[in-house]
Amino acid sequence: MAESASPVANPLAEKLKISLDYDQLTNCMRCGFCLPACPTFHETGVEAESPRGRIALMKAAVDGLLTPDRAFAEQMDHCLGCRACEPACPADVKYGRLIEQARDSVEEHRHDHRWWVKVVRKAAFEGLFPHPRRMRLLGGALKLYQRTGLGQLIRSTGALKLLPAHLTEMERIMPAASGHGVIGRIGERHAAKGERIATVGLFRGCIMDILFTDTNVNTVELLTEAGFDVVIPDSQTCCGALHAHSGEQAQARQLAKRNLQAFQEAGVDWIVSNAGGCGAMLQEYDHLLHEDPQWKDNANWFAQRVVDVSRLLVERGRIPAFRFPQAGQEEVRITYQDSCHLRNVMGSYDSPRRLMRQVDGVEYVEMAEADRCCGSAGIYNLTQPEMSANILSHKMEHARGTSAGIMLTSNPGCLLQMKLGIEREGLAGQMEAVHLVDFLHQSMVRG
Amino acid sequence: MISETVKRELESVLGSGGVKDDPETRVTHSYDGTPMLQVLPDAVIYPETTAQVSGVMKVLSAHRIPLVSRGSGTNLCGGTVPVEGGVVMVMHRMNRIVEVDLQNLTATVQPGLNTKQFIVHVEGLGLFYPPDPSSMAVSTIGGNIAECSGGLRGLKYGTTKDYVLGLEAVLADGRIIRTGGKLMKDVAGYDLTKLLVGSEGTLAVITEATLKLIPPPKSKKTMLAMYRDLYGAARTVSKIIESRIIPATLEILDRQTIRVVDDFANLGLPHDMDAILLIEQDGEPEAVERDIAIIADICRGESAERIEVAATPEQALKLLTARRSAFTALARLRPTTILEDATVPRSKIADMMLEINRIAAKHGVQICTFGHAGDGNLHPTATTDARDPEEIHRVEAAFEEIFEAAISLGGTITGEHGVGLVKAPFLEWKVGEAGIDLMRGVKQAFDPLGILNPGKVFAKSARKRVVLQHG
Repeated sequence: MAESASPVANPLAEKLKISLDYDQLTNCMRCGFCLPACPTFHETGVEAESPRGRIALMKAAVDGLLTPDRAFAEQMDHCLGCRACEPACPADVKYGRLIEQARDSVEEHRHDHRWWVKVVRKAAFEGLFPHPRRMRLLGGALKLYQRTGLGQLIRSTGALKLLPAHLTEMERIMPAASGHGVIGRIGERHAAKGERIATVGLFRGCIMDILFTDTNVNTVELLTEAGFDVVIPDSQTCCGALHAHSGEQAQARQLAKRNLQAFQEAGVDWIVSNAGGCGAMLQEYDHLLHEDPQWKDNANWFAQRVVDVSRLLVERGRIPAFRFPQAGQEEVRITYQDSCHLRNVMGSYDSPRRLMRQVDGVEYVEMAEADRCCGSAGIYNLTQPEMSANILSHKMEHARGTSAGIMLTSNPGCLLQMKLGIEREGLAGQMEAVHLVDFLHQSMVRG
Repeated sequence: MISETVKRELESVLGSGGVKDDPETRVTHSYDGTPMLQVLPDAVIYPETTAQVSGVMKVLSAHRIPLVSRGSGTNLCGGTVPVEGGVVMVMHRMNRIVEVDLQNLTATVQPGLNTKQFIVHVEGLGLFYPPDPSSMAVSTIGGNIAECSGGLRGLKYGTTKDYVLGLEAVLADGRIIRTGGKLMKDVAGYDLTKLLVGSEGTLAVITEATLKLIPPPKSKKTMLAMYRDLYGAARTVSKIIESRIIPATLEILDRQTIRVVDDFANLGLPHDMDAILLIEQDGEPEAVERDIAIIADICRGESAERIEVAATPEQALKLLTARRSAFTALARLRPTTILEDATVPRSKIADMMLEINRIAAKHGVQICTFGHAGDGNLHPTATTDARDPEEIHRVEAAFEEIFEAAISLGGTITGEHGVGLVKAPFLEWKVGEAGIDLMRGVKQAFDPLGILNPGKVFAKSARKRVVLQHG
């Protein structure tokens, strides 16, 4: 028979009792409908690696049936946070909130991070992402590293071998960095072509703006072409997603407030995101700040106005004509990997597909399990390299099955992961991973 | 916890990766889809072959340790909660389709195979396996066999028992038996195949099954009939059957169920109707057209407000998928949903609906009803909160009366969910004292030590409903 857990107070259990939403834990009725949607359950077939299992663990910790230990913490870390379980849940359990609450508690009580995870986290979360200027400096340094041959030099010394293998791999697929960012390149304000439909604020992102500056620039040009005035408020900062998903709620709230202020002052009708991970976070600022009486209303205002660039184009824009400028005569085949947060949180899965189908000169093929996480999941591919690699290798089987020449996606993390997958599978030369915005921009027939 | 000796013996059969007894694994195998039940097993094991299952049973019977075999743990009768501790055996690693025999139209599969994957696979070969429990995207064939699962197509095509031709199973002492085969006729002795189907893991561990496949229908049509009067909808069901039309699917959803299902699936279902009938007919195209026309006439005769035929197969599939979410979607109303599956003769559906609503009002509980009306199998579902013991008590009293009402209408306490733990106290109401004695005799013959899924089917004391929490 079952025995109760030891009555000795466990600090993590106490913290979980306070932070976990017990109503949500109770709302899970264990029907198991989430199991087929969960990538980690799919990989392992182990109940503890499923949303139902993880919720049972959380509830058991709160109920005193389980003393949350290291294995508990690891199980919470194993979750990709892709939230595919949420649209699958008929009972509407807010799993995303539960896993963040659990991780927040775990983070407060953990002393067992691997050294490089600790270093990277501290440096990035506190010292880097929240500071656009430092991000641009880093971008500049990266650019120097990439352009001057310093990268090759360092590689030839074997110094990179000191890093874990997956970090070395990531180094190879990194796109060319920029030290300027989108505002440095094209300025803050851009007028609509033709009659103005609305004024939108571009959320430029932190990593996005130094590694994918072109994508930000292209987003602005797509938006103005489609009839939107675009503002890029310079006082905006990182969305806080990486913080929130890694159990650093307090920092995430600080960042949210800065963004609320920035976009409210800019007087925009919509806040546009071109990265599913960031957009989903922005859209949930209302929940993030719901207990803060001073910010609650602002957060609601903000959350209701956040929209993905594809959806804004499809639902409100004057969509330009698209024709892919292919080199040869043959039609290029394209496919798409959903960004989990774009699909599962922002509910945008139809819009990207509608846009891709409107492009002349290409054939769109749906990839099997396109809605399943690619294993990138924020910094998951750095912190959980084995699980991430397994998920990616299944993903690439499906990618190969499409015989597509171009793999499109809508989030920088997914894009890098797809590049990594293509590299690992030896598909370079046959398949290329591209951000949907860049692809559309390249195909846009200017009016 | 299991002793070190037992653990070592199990590891010698299964390898070290096949045995787990850490707290996380135990907690995550302490429940199934049944509300308010949770008991931790002492260990969880993952066999990969029949020989391993046999080896495990030898170890467990030598030490008299209980065994609960399970698939995905979605059942709704507490059937896989290890109420007496012991070992939970997860069959997921035995998930192969061994063979699809295109000459005999049979499939031989392992028990851990996912039901939907199997259905999709055989459909790809131009064949049809009809049993489709609402949990089919999650459930396993082995679990379906153990519980004799039904589903939305039961009324025309029957349930799991009608498709199991043969089984391989491991007995409590580790011996392996094979029953039936790829045979459409077989009367060699007692029908052990049928006996094991629906035996809820209390007689043997199923390790392989040979299933019957049939040619798929050539066409199908799906329609919705909407009513302002719940009983009009219920009467329609009986009238359709009386008119000698057997639809492939004939489901009923009441007002509350319509709302929550629509909140989940965003289908644009009307929130102001008291009931919807979801009707599907399949077969030869002309016959389908004719039946749908007759059914529509019957619906109008019973004052259906509106009738809509699904425009595309995708739309029809969406409707059926949404219906499958009904039970869980009801948890949007209150955190705990307790559902039963009282079943009555099809002519008594309207009477049963009346009884359910009368009983709910009498006990002051909210009971939403949906279900497979066409086969008389209703799912009255109480929406409540496990944290309120007084209300739970009233819910239990209401269900006790619902069971009584079903039996007095010539029905049964469970149509497709099984007896398990939660309906064990009521089994005698249906099968009588002699019936229980006989069933106990069968159990004794298969499992003299009482180690296979103990505590299920047979209640320690009849009638009072068992509610266990945290062991």
